[in-house]
Amino acid sequence: MYPKETPSQTAGPYVHIGLTPNFVGIHGIYDQDLGASPIADGAKGEVVTITGTVRDGAGMVMRDALIETWQADAAGIYPSNDPRGVADPNVSGWARIVADFDSGEWTLRTVKPGRVPAPDGRLMAPHISLWIVARGINIGLQTRLHFEDADNDGCPVLARIEQSDRVATLMAKKTGPSDYRFNIILQGIGETVFFDL
Amino acid sequence: MGHPAGGRNDARNPLIARDRDWHPAPLAPGYKTSVTRAPQRPLVAMPTTLSEQTGPAFGHGLIGELDNNLILNFTGQPAIGERIIVHGRVTDENGRGVSGTLVEAWQANAGGRYRHKKDGYLAPLDPNFGGCGRTITAEDGSYEFLTIRPGAYPWPNRVNDWRPMHIHLSLFGSGFGQRLITQLYFEGDPLIARCPIVHTIGQDKAIQSLIAPLDMNRAIPMDCLAYRFDVVLRGRRQTVFENRMEGM
Repeated sequence: MYPKETPSQTAGPYVHIGLTPNFVGIHGIYDQDLGASPIADGAKGEVVTITGTVRDGAGMVMRDALIETWQADAAGIYPSNDPRGVADPNVSGWARIVADFDSGEWTLRTVKPGRVPAPDGRLMAPHISLWIVARGINIGLQTRLHFEDADNDGCPVLARIEQSDRVATLMAKKTGPSDYRFNIILQGIGETVFFDL
Repeated sequence: MGHPAGGRNDARNPLIARDRDWHPAPLAPGYKTSVTRAPQRPLVAMPTTLSEQTGPAFGHGLIGELDNNLILNFTGQPAIGERIIVHGRVTDENGRGVSGTLVEAWQANAGGRYRHKKDGYLAPLDPNFGGCGRTITAEDGSYEFLTIRPGAYPWPNRVNDWRPMHIHLSLFGSGFGQRLITQLYFEGDPLIARCPIVHTIGQDKAIQSLIAPLDMNRAIPMDCLAYRFDVVLRGRRQTVFENRMEGM
């Protein structure tokens, strides 16, 4: 028999102690918190700022959510272990974002990712993968952020969403020349699409 | 052929699907916060792509000398409590060690108090205990922490709910789709059976896999006890097609 995957448990309300200790005032253990930015100065591509909130099924903005993001560079190559090539050295691709304790707003500054092929070779629309944990979430939620002004037609992953009106929940809305808004709703009306992948 | 499973060179291989009946249910009413934080719509199923089969890498250079020593890493003076080693191996579902992957840990102090502004429990902070640590797995997937055993603590769920002693662990693997956060419990703790967070998991065998047994072989006489906690991350399928592409 094969060993079973270790079961998930909630990250709990104090997840920041472990993952972003400096953010909650625990200084001196690590020089800085990991994942402050998925890009460094000089990264190729269009730099955009994405802001948003995470809401629960009662419509409350969650102030204890933690989001990690993973994305390709502007050419569609993933940093660190993409078998197709070497990514832009100024793109690490990974970020760890904490919602503000007062407003619940989170912000991601990054480059727009290029297209990446699905296993069958068709190109997926530009997207950023998101993993969301918090108190009350028993297993991390996986979703994707797309851009409403990109060419999203023909994306084989978006095409899997049977109720096509739900595709809109994955679209970051353009709010300025290089600004987008992406609100995540865990439950209820306008519920964000989450994947079992 | 020839990709070491769990290594960084196998990003073409799809991840094995998660068994979501083995993992906790998203909606588990005994854990009250999950009621409004669980999606109501079914998850949209899809095979993994490069977006999930690749993931961030963290070099050994990231790790400071005391990063995995929670007894000393906050002020350099020892924290108060029961000194323990927590160690184990990180493997994948094919049983192979996952090397070079980041493991992060966080926990309450010996009295059950977290160093976090939202924790108002009356047990005092330990001035020499921060409560976090990290390490990177060795070639065979092994890892270890030196820490103090955390205390149980009350939480506002039902009127008299207490969390068992536990340490939170966060793991990466080599693909973003392997990302996992879990909790380690301690053998023999009577609070495990009463905890609604533990019982978000339906299958008893799955719960048992989160309980670290006492490991006297690794204890250091007159110094510290030890607990063993092995972690299994999602594995990768190795298809005939992929094998032919890669080397035959």
